[in-house]
Amino acid sequence: MILNKLTGRLSVALAGVLSMLAVTAVNADYALNMTEGVTPISRDLYSLHMIVFWICVAIGAVVFCAMAWSIIFHRKSRGAVAANFHESTMVELIWTIGPLLILIAIAIPATGILLDLEDAKTNADINLQVTGIQWKWKYNYIDEDVQVISSLAQNSRDVIKDPTGHENYLLEVDQSIVLPINKKIRFLFHSDDVIHSWWVPEFAVKQDAIPGFINDSWAIIEEPGIYRGQCAELCGRDHGFMPIVVEAVTQSEYQQWLSDKKAEAASMAASADKEWSMQDLLAQGETVYKVNCAACHGPTGAGIPGIFPAMTNSPVATGDAAEHVNVVMNGKAGTAMAAYKSQLNDVDLAAVITFERNSFGNSVGDMVQPSVIKNAR
Amino acid sequence: MTITTTPDEHGHDHGHDHGHDHGHDHDHGHDDHHGPASGITRWITTTNHKDIGTLYLWLSFIMLLVGGSMAMVIRLELFQPGLQFVAPEFFNQMTTMHGLIMVFGAIMPGFVGLANWLVPMMIGAPDMALPRMNNWSFWILPFAFTMLASTLLMEGGGPAFGWTFYAPLSTTFAPDSTDFFIFAVHMMGASSVMGAINIIATILNMRAPGMTLMKMPLFVWTWLITAYLLIAVMPVLAGAVTMMLTDRHFGTSFFDAAGGGDPVMFQHIFWFFGHPEVYIMILPAFGVISAIIPTFARKRLFGYSSMVYATASIAILSFMVWAHHMFTVGMPVAGELYFMYATILISVPTGVKVFNWVTTMWKGSLTFETPMLWALGFIIMFTIGGFSGLMLGVAPVDTQYHDTYFVVAHFHYVLVTGALYSIIAAFYYWVPKWTGHMYNETHGKIHFWWSTISVNVLFFPQHFVGLAGMPRRIPDYSLQFAEFNMMSSIGGFAFGLAQVFFLYIVIKTIKGGEKASAKVWEGATGLEFEQLPSPPPYHSFTVAPEIR
Repeated sequence: MILNKLTGRLSVALAGVLSMLAVTAVNADYALNMTEGVTPISRDLYSLHMIVFWICVAIGAVVFCAMAWSIIFHRKSRGAVAANFHESTMVELIWTIGPLLILIAIAIPATGILLDLEDAKTNADINLQVTGIQWKWKYNYIDEDVQVISSLAQNSRDVIKDPTGHENYLLEVDQSIVLPINKKIRFLFHSDDVIHSWWVPEFAVKQDAIPGFINDSWAIIEEPGIYRGQCAELCGRDHGFMPIVVEAVTQSEYQQWLSDKKAEAASMAASADKEWSMQDLLAQGETVYKVNCAACHGPTGAGIPGIFPAMTNSPVATGDAAEHVNVVMNGKAGTAMAAYKSQLNDVDLAAVITFERNSFGNSVGDMVQPSVIKNAR
Repeated sequence: MTITTTPDEHGHDHGHDHGHDHGHDHDHGHDDHHGPASGITRWITTTNHKDIGTLYLWLSFIMLLVGGSMAMVIRLELFQPGLQFVAPEFFNQMTTMHGLIMVFGAIMPGFVGLANWLVPMMIGAPDMALPRMNNWSFWILPFAFTMLASTLLMEGGGPAFGWTFYAPLSTTFAPDSTDFFIFAVHMMGASSVMGAINIIATILNMRAPGMTLMKMPLFVWTWLITAYLLIAVMPVLAGAVTMMLTDRHFGTSFFDAAGGGDPVMFQHIFWFFGHPEVYIMILPAFGVISAIIPTFARKRLFGYSSMVYATASIAILSFMVWAHHMFTVGMPVAGELYFMYATILISVPTGVKVFNWVTTMWKGSLTFETPMLWALGFIIMFTIGGFSGLMLGVAPVDTQYHDTYFVVAHFHYVLVTGALYSIIAAFYYWVPKWTGHMYNETHGKIHFWWSTISVNVLFFPQHFVGLAGMPRRIPDYSLQFAEFNMMSSIGGFAFGLAQVFFLYIVIKTIKGGEKASAKVWEGATGLEFEQLPSPPPYHSFTVAPEIR
């Protein structure tokens, strides 16, 4: 009997704690709730989210209060005798039609926002092609001939055992992209391998990047700043390690960045024509390997038996150099080995191939020069 | 009570009038000739619905502990930021296997076990309609799960593409062990379809005279509808994995864009199975709760017929909403609008159920024995899961919730504090009937409060990290999610331990305990409580009972 009373009170207390938790969620900042973001759509979504949330809280309050009332007052230990009613068509109709009306009230604003969200085509100022690749993002500024490949920053990789105090751990990249504020940016999503999903919460853009498809979405970034996001669709081993960093700047800063990028690409292309030393190739190759190859083939070249082949004594890495170049550039159909010719420049390809042939216990001794890659394209 | 018997298998005519108690003696006498075989043979060769029910329930419990220990590995790695314990590829295998084992190994067999035990007793049938097939549909499962689990030991590891196994991650990019996964899924599907056929055949053909459809307990109704869902969608799943198999080995390109196939088609097929599957895991729970609440409210279930119609509506709607799992794949906007409207519509019949339960309690005469506590916990927390489900159904905002921990929180509220809670509630409610022993009430209450507090510490914070931007299925996370993840892990360990305590309670109750009366609960209704002793004879209702 005492236990029954106790459990009854505890039930009420539990309901109370739960509803309090729900209220806390509203008052708290970013860490608890969805961000309001910095685009028109993100603000619309935030308010729709809050409307639906409060409707749920209100319905919950009614239902849980009725339950609590019953639990407190209609208990046998207080001498309650069971009533005999057990059906009422009228009541059933009320609680079928009532919720239906609430749903219509939700569906009307939701429809408007959805139509707006899906309208990426109209009046786009900038078209940015985003390609998901295991496990990095490739960005092509269409019309500008600028390409950025963005991977998890080495800083985050270095502290992976203990990231305590490392700000932006897993949310920093080696090369971020830059976009202008107050322009309608149309993102075009595509994947080279498995399905990824490009998500920046502050833009309220989350769209799957799917092989064989081009999806689109859009954003008008209204405030300058650095915005971070992550891949949202399970895409294999390093799904948790392919962040997104976008710097939103003024139009003039954006133009400056574009011309810097173009100059950088031109100088890289020029350096492909010179003869590289073994030492320089190995040094450059190691950096490229860590970012592009280590996730599958392992930081020590051991691979993962059964899924990803080892570098050490690999028939490709210790065999004919031309075949090695072919595999790295064009990938291996039907496997996870990607075609790197679209991701890496001539120097990086030459460097990483040379590195693989002369590291992890391999000592073929030959060099692949950037000019070889250039000719093989 | 008057029982008219027909000649039994030995040709003896027992066509006398028996008093109530005498009738049971008769059953016991019958038992002596047809009791269970002894030793392990009993369990391997059994065609008895009670034995097979027990086997299913034990499989379910073992799988709960196996899948649960995988969840412990997940929570351990997520305890703090950084990668401390497992490699990312193993983490992915854990999330995948945890999901598969919990869905196909713990929840589904748990409900099939309950159906085996209860459906014949509730409709006054002597056994399931197809007892030999019943044996086979159970015994496929241990082999299927052994094969599935063995992939973890294979070179390249087990499936690591999530329980939803989206192509092409599960085809071109999957480990070799995927073929064993495919075969295991085929076996589970065959088992489920056979089980479903059996349940439908039993319910439609073997009801005692007078047990009309609209007199059946809701648990029987919900299982009848669930069984139809199973028959409709398990073959779709089998089709999906078969297409994967031919893509992997026989040169087809169903899901390979490079060969003209369509990775999004995989998701449509998967979720055409997957969404009804969600209701397969919750409809029988509605049946359980609809049995327990009236018993401890000492008041008839409010709106019985509306409960039946609501269940049927949910089942029909479940076939028409699958693409709400796919709001970010780039569907045409008209498609997204349709799937949003159809999805939020499901909250109407679901709401009707919750309102009916609350009204059943209203002006009742409530007591709070352990099964009632679990049932109340179910209503509150399932409703919370229902709210987050409504939020997820609103397509434009779903683009932000999708694939985050908000979704993880949502489906754990409906599957753990929903489906699993109802199975545990059912255990406490019917175990005195099954074994003839009362469980220890104090232990049951401790189990409830321990589980309920820890499960909320486990899953409630996941709403927050999800809204704040933490994607699901990641082995490591950035620092702003640290506090809530640690909280979640602590809740997880405590909840896991609570289920080990449950194992102790189960074994203790089977071995002994206070004798349970035939009726067990003061307010209990239904054939199993009103017309059978506790425990019921090995063969119950060899003679059809009288339905009042």
